[in-house]
Formats: sequence, C-alpha cells, structure tokens
Amino acid sequence: MKMDEILIEIQNLKKYFPLKRGIFSKGLYVHAVDDVSIQIPPRRIFSIVGESGSGKTTFGRTILRLIEPTSGKIIYKGRNIMNLNQKEMMTFRKKMQIVFQDPYNSLHPRRLVKDIIGEGLSIHEKISSGQILERVKEILKKVGLNEDHMFRYPHEFSGGQRQRIAMARALILNPEFIVLDEPTSALDVSVQATIVDLLIELKNTFSLTYLFITHNLAVVDYISDFVAVMYLGQIVEMGSKDDIFNSPSHPYTYALLSAIPDPDPKKKRSRTIPRGEIPSAVNPPEGCRFHPRCPYAKEICKRSEPEIVEISKGHLVKCHFPLR
Amino acid sequence: MNGALLTVKNLKVVFHTYRGTVHALDHVNFTVLKNERFGIIGETGCGKSVTSLAIMRLIEQPGEIVEGEIIFDGKDLVKTQENTLNTIRGREISMIFQEPLSSLNPVMKVGFQIGESIARIKNTSIKACKNDIAEVLRAVDLDPDRVANLYPHELSGGMAQRIMIAMALSSKPKLLIADEPTSALDVTIQAQIMNLLDDLVSKMNNTVILITHDLGVAAQFCDKIMIMYAGTAVEQAKTEELFANPLHPYTKGLLKAIPRVGNRDRLTGIPGSVPDLVNPPSGCRFHPRCPNAMKICSSQKPALMEINPGHLVACHLYGDENG
Amino acid sequence: MTLTEKISDFIEKRKPILEDWKHTFFLWKRTKLAIIGTVIVIVFVLVAIIGPFLIPYDPLSQNMSERLQPPSLRHFFGTDQFGRDIFSRVISGAMIEVEIIIIVSIISGGIGLILGVIAGYFGGAIDEILMRATDMFLAFPSLILAMAFAAMLGPSLINTIIAISLVGWTVFARLARAEAMKVKTQPYIEAIKALGASKTRIISIHVTPMCVSPVLVQLTLRMGTVILTAASLGFLGLGVRPPLPEWGAMVSDGRSFLLDQWWISTFPGIAIAIVVLGFNLLGDGLRDIMDPRLRR
Repeated sequence: MKMDEILIEIQNLKKYFPLKRGIFSKGLYVHAVDDVSIQIPPRRIFSIVGESGSGKTTFGRTILRLIEPTSGKIIYKGRNIMNLNQKEMMTFRKKMQIVFQDPYNSLHPRRLVKDIIGEGLSIHEKISSGQILERVKEILKKVGLNEDHMFRYPHEFSGGQRQRIAMARALILNPEFIVLDEPTSALDVSVQATIVDLLIELKNTFSLTYLFITHNLAVVDYISDFVAVMYLGQIVEMGSKDDIFNSPSHPYTYALLSAIPDPDPKKKRSRTIPRGEIPSAVNPPEGCRFHPRCPYAKEICKRSEPEIVEISKGHLVKCHFPLR
Repeated sequence: MNGALLTVKNLKVVFHTYRGTVHALDHVNFTVLKNERFGIIGETGCGKSVTSLAIMRLIEQPGEIVEGEIIFDGKDLVKTQENTLNTIRGREISMIFQEPLSSLNPVMKVGFQIGESIARIKNTSIKACKNDIAEVLRAVDLDPDRVANLYPHELSGGMAQRIMIAMALSSKPKLLIADEPTSALDVTIQAQIMNLLDDLVSKMNNTVILITHDLGVAAQFCDKIMIMYAGTAVEQAKTEELFANPLHPYTKGLLKAIPRVGNRDRLTGIPGSVPDLVNPPSGCRFHPRCPNAMKICSSQKPALMEINPGHLVACHLYGDENG
Repeated sequence: MTLTEKISDFIEKRKPILEDWKHTFFLWKRTKLAIIGTVIVIVFVLVAIIGPFLIPYDPLSQNMSERLQPPSLRHFFGTDQFGRDIFSRVISGAMIEVEIIIIVSIISGGIGLILGVIAGYFGGAIDEILMRATDMFLAFPSLILAMAFAAMLGPSLINTIIAISLVGWTVFARLARAEAMKVKTQPYIEAIKALGASKTRIISIHVTPMCVSPVLVQLTLRMGTVILTAASLGFLGLGVRPPLPEWGAMVSDGRSFLLDQWWISTFPGIAIAIVVLGFNLLGDGLRDIMDPRLRR
C-alpha cells in the first residue's frame, strides 16, 4: 500500500445506535461500528467482508454520512468531511456515491428510469432537461442498457438490469469513489458474474475506487485488492487479498473461509465450524468478541481485548494468538 | 439396491393470472431413490419451489396441476384425496422452508409448537409429549430447558431453522423436502445447519430432496442433482458426474459463473435474463441465451434423454440420433 | 414525425402505465358491485353536468297555481309548496352535490396529504403536534363538528364546503403520514439522499407521490359521507341557502308535508340514498382492487 497516496482514510469510526426500550431504557446501545480505521488507495477495490451483525452495512453508510457517525474521522483526499454542513457536503456527494443491495427497492417505483438516473444532474448542475437526457443516454450505453429503457419503470426490469440502472445513477455525476453494498447478493448466480464484470469494467473506464461490502468471500477473492474482515463491529483482520486468502490469521477469517461450501463435490472438507450463534451487538462479549465461538480461545481471550498486530507488511490482525 | 421412493412423470403446472397463464412447470420428469439425497438446483423462476409444492399437493388456485403423475411410495399423489394427503403431509413427507420464522406461530412458545406437531402424529395430548420435545431439541443441539420456553422472535435464524428441522424429522418421514433451508442464513450458520442436516439424515436414513440455488451447498450434500431452468428439467446426473462433465449449455454456463475461492479465472455470466413464463420461448426454453443454439432449438422442445449411464440431458446437442 | 407517429410513440412510451391500468381493469371487471357503483356514479355525474340543459322547468321559478301537485306526466316528481317542479330541482341539485364533493375533496385531501407527509417524514415534535391536532378534531363526532363550524360560519354553499373540509382532513393526514413513514425508510430514498437531494426535493418529488394513492382511495370512499354530511347540514338549515335546490334542504322543506305530499321529501331523499350507495360500492370495489394482497 502506497502510504502517501490515500483517497479515503477512516479513523476510529464509531456508530452506536441507542436502543429504545421504553421509559426505562438504561442507555443501551447497539455497537454497530466500534472503532474502525482503514485506508483506501485510489483506483483500488477494498472489500469489507462479514456476516450479519458485523457492522459492514452500517459502516458503508456512515462513510457517506447517510447515517451520521457517533465519532471518528472521515478524511477524503485530506479533508475531514465529518463536520461539514449540508451545503459543504454537496461537493463531496458528487464524488462519493453508493449502490445498494436491494435492486427491487433502491429505485423509485413511480419514476421513469430517465428521471431516476438523471436526478443527480438535476440536483447538482444547472443544465437543461435536454442536456440531461443526452447524458442519461450516454451513461445507459456505458452500463450495457439502451435508449429505449429510459421511458420505462423499474418494475419492468430484471434484478441485474436494475443494478445497472443503479450504477448509471451513481456514475452520472462522475464520482471518484463508490460504496458497493452487496451489489450482487440479491441476484442470480448467472447474473452476478455479468454484473461483477461490469463493475470491474466501469472501474477501469472511469478510474473509480470501490469499497465493496459483501458476505461472499469467493467474490472478494475474485475482485479485491485489499480485504478487511469484520466481526461484531470491529475489524479482526485486514490486508491485501493474498494476505487474507493465502495466510488467514484470525480464527474467524479461517472459519469463514472453511465454511464456504465448495462447488466441487470431490473436495468434501472437514470444516472447523465455529460453534454457537453470532452474539448481539448490544452486549458484545468481554475481551475478544470472538472468544465464545473460537476453537482456540484461552483465558486471556475472555478477559482482555486483543491489540492489533502487524504480522507482515500491511497485514493486520486483532488476536492474541494469530494463526500464523 | 434402492427402489424409487418418488417418481415424477410429465408434471405440468400452470398459474392463471391477469397477464395470462404462467407455464410454471413444463413436463418435468425425475426419480428419487430411497435413501438418496436429491438436489434440485436452479435460479429464480426455474420452478424448483413449485415442484416441491406440487409434490406436497400444496398448489392452490390460481395454480393447478394440469398434467402428470407424482408417484410416492406406489401412490399417485395427484389422484389422492385431500384427507389421505393430510395424513401423508407432515408424516411421510415433511418439508422445511427458507424462512423458518415464517413457519412458526409468533404468539406461541416454541416448545408448545413442537409438542403440537408431535402430539398430532402420536395422537396424544401435548402434555404427554414433554420428553419427546426435549429429545427433539437435544437432537439439534439446542438446550431444551432454555429453548422450549422461548417465543419465535427470540430465536436467531439458525436456531429457528434447527427447530424446523427437528420438527420435520420428528415424524421420521420417508421423504424430507428442504426448500432453500440455508439461503437466509449467514455462511458460518449455514455450515452448521448443513452439517446438522447431514448428521441427522445419515442417522435416520431419510430420503431428502434439497432445493437450492447454491451449487456449493448441493455439491457438498447431494448424491444426485437435477438442474432446472424456466420450468424445465435440463440435466440430471450423479453429483460428481455433473460437476466433472456438465453437458447442458446452461449447466456449463452456471458452473463458469460461480466464483470460487482460489480460482482467479475470468467469471462469465450468462447473457440475457430468465424468460417470462407467460410467453416462454418456443422449443427449448434456454435457446435465446444459449451459445450453442441451433435452428431446431427454437422449434422443437428437446426431450430428457440418457446420454451416459445415469446422466440425462434435455438438449438437441446430444443424442438426437433418431432425428 | 407526423402526428400519428408522435401519438403512437407517446403511447408506446407510456405502455408501462397502461399495463398497470390493464391489471386494475381486470380486477375491476371481476367485482360486480364495483361496476354497479361506478355506473351509478357516472350516471350521477352526467346528470349533474347535462341535466340542467334538459330539465323541463326552471328549478327556481315558483308557480303557485301548480303547488303541491302529485307526480304526474307533467311533473315527474310532483311540485312543492311553491309550485316548483321537484324533478327539475333534483336534477339541478346534482350539480351542487358534485361541486361540494370536488371542492371538499381537493381541500381536505390536499391539507391532509401535505400535513400528513410532513409529519410522517420528519417525525419527532412535528409529528407529535400533528397527531395531537388530529386527535382534537377526531374527538368530536364529525357531524356535530361540521354543524359547529357551519353554525359559526353561517349558512352558504362556500361555508358548507369549508366546514366539511375542516372535519374531513384528519383521515387523510393519518393515511399520508403512515405511508410517508413507510416510504422514508426505503432504499430509494436513501439513494436520493446520497445524491445530495434537499429535504424539500425528497418530500415533494419522491415521498408525496407515493402517498397520493391511498389518499385518493380514501377520498373516494368518503365521498358518500361528504354528501350525507352536506345533506344533513342542509336539512338542519345550516347549509346551502334557499332557494338553491340542495337535496338535504329539499328534504327538510318537505317535512311538514310528509304525510300528504310525501313526494316533496321522498324524491330528493331517494336521490341522496342512491348516490351515496353508488359511491360506497365504488369505494369498496376500489379498496379491494388497491389492496396489494388481493392484487395477487
């Protein structure tokens, strides 16, 4: 990782959601994102992997301040955008966009595709509707759709096509950074591959940087440059793709990798599957959050939270006893 | 040698909607042997769930079974009366669904619901089943004292699915149909549940039909796999044979589209999208998206034919020697 | 492009909307009562618009020599105590009812929609204030409240409309609020926020259109009630001023003649009943159609 060229740096980001349990709620919080720090170099794909409760979805949204972080810094090209007001954020909104997981609800059901895609332009630029239409046509071509699709409603399109429309909407403002929140998880496998390829193509055409959020490690292996594994609001392991897949060092990373059922019947692995359920993020376990499910947990794991250790250049693990 | 437990012949199911008739299943044929783990794999709209509902005779208006036979243990279920079917469902054939929480009554305790289903089968009161309930919960690695008194919303997805599996297997069914049992679960929980299912089914020797879109899950669990596309069965083979030697262009496309850890080869999707089943493509339903489509493909439906022993394909590329 | 080309192009592009309407029409055809209701309403509206051109007599002109005549070929519905032709008055009165319905719908629907969307979208204190306000209005039986407003404002067509609107808006506000609360959590709203849309833009362009449907359905359902309320106010003398042929007032006019000259109250009364029935049937049918579960 070139340390001098970082597009986005997140420092100690926290997001706690207060739990409202009636008049007697004792200030309980869901620790959705609990002190996360990452650095994303430009024109790279940085993936965040995790299961439910990991906080990855909340994290993606807090970076864009769609959800306001509780504390921390979001530094975009050297500028901390945490405390900017609505107006000041507008410039950054053009540069930082997001594509959501649910293709069926992320497009306004009662608006024509051309209006959905052109919305960004209507908001940010003072150009005529004719010009907006032209830009929409251009973008549609780039995402593999055509002009006729402009005058239709989202419900006439398949899941894959809707994600293309969502990409078009994000791209029309010429962003530099896009958060992709499980963009293919709701799609059929045969379509996923096409959309993933499209994402890579668009990244190269437009020199984009992606934060790719997913639970699917196989896709992560296919496209990422860097990977961070999240568990219960914290990053437990982070590094380059090779670091994570060739030398997984956190027991959770290892468990995730071995839990994936291999589409090869000859490889029936005996898997070390973590016991138990994913705990709630309201009262995370003491010490290392993974200790109740960790096959290697020792006394110290129950009592104290592990430090972050750099086991090789750029490869960080939060564990008392990393596997490597 | 195992005999056939379930034979589905020429099953045709349609749904009558405002837009027209949806041809959900088009002459589906397959056989499931006793003690076999049979996987039905397909993507959205392929008809896999409709197939399982048809087997359970749970298809209701505006859907109907137009043609075909579903021969379960010698009886044709299509011709069987509703009251006989009621004794088969939940007893000889059990089913588990994708969303376990939707299958549980939210206002009743879990223990009570398990008790209900056991009591129905044993024809006793729920009170008398207390030990059975505990046994059932322990069989799926849940602590009876803690879990029996919980309400469904207090359960995690994994726990709820364990309970569904427990309830489904408690009647010692001849056939268990699992419709996407792990699709709504996290990867690590999915692994737990599939392991559990594997253990239990091995012990009890049930016949299982596993319906899923996940080829990985099917590869690890099933003995034989049937691939469905747009309401038709396109390929059937033993699992190892299917993965090693896929014949149908759709199967090949599917296998090339799955990302695998450690595999950095280019992923290729299948262009186009699943067809509208109100107006399905003529001839072979896959032909508009098929890289190997020939002239005959748009006019004539390919029949399911055995190309290698135990390996059947419905494709004009193969075995059309008789013209 | 020639005109025909332009038109067919326009239709092509709007096809998706037509698809949706086809579905609605299909469901509508299946509901016999909805059809009856629609027919009644359509006839009612036609009568209101065209009727006044076809009536045999001037609804306002008095003719004392013809007073209190029973229904006959000359006077289909008979005459009242002033010799006015009841049939002509009933027909002319239809237009008054139509005016009332339309304007009340626009005002109460409009106020309700706007306030409801704002309350639902912003939540918090704004929502609380609105909810308490609707509670206050809903605490009174609607007719009594309408009577109170009408009495305060004085009897006239405009005041009747205002009074009924003031009573009716709360229902629409609640509906719009519920819908707005659902809509604001949807991913497509988040997406638009990510694009930098201002709250005004989100509310006006994205949230409000989604709230219009349930409000429209409810408006139709309540049209029957609006007529009844207007007629009640008219009957009580709090509504439209005489000699305008408002049906409720006409029923009231015939009160003292009910035993011997029953036709003076009865025909306007029947008109009210039929029209209210028509709207209710239409509204029920509409609600069934709009019910997303039944749409499957």
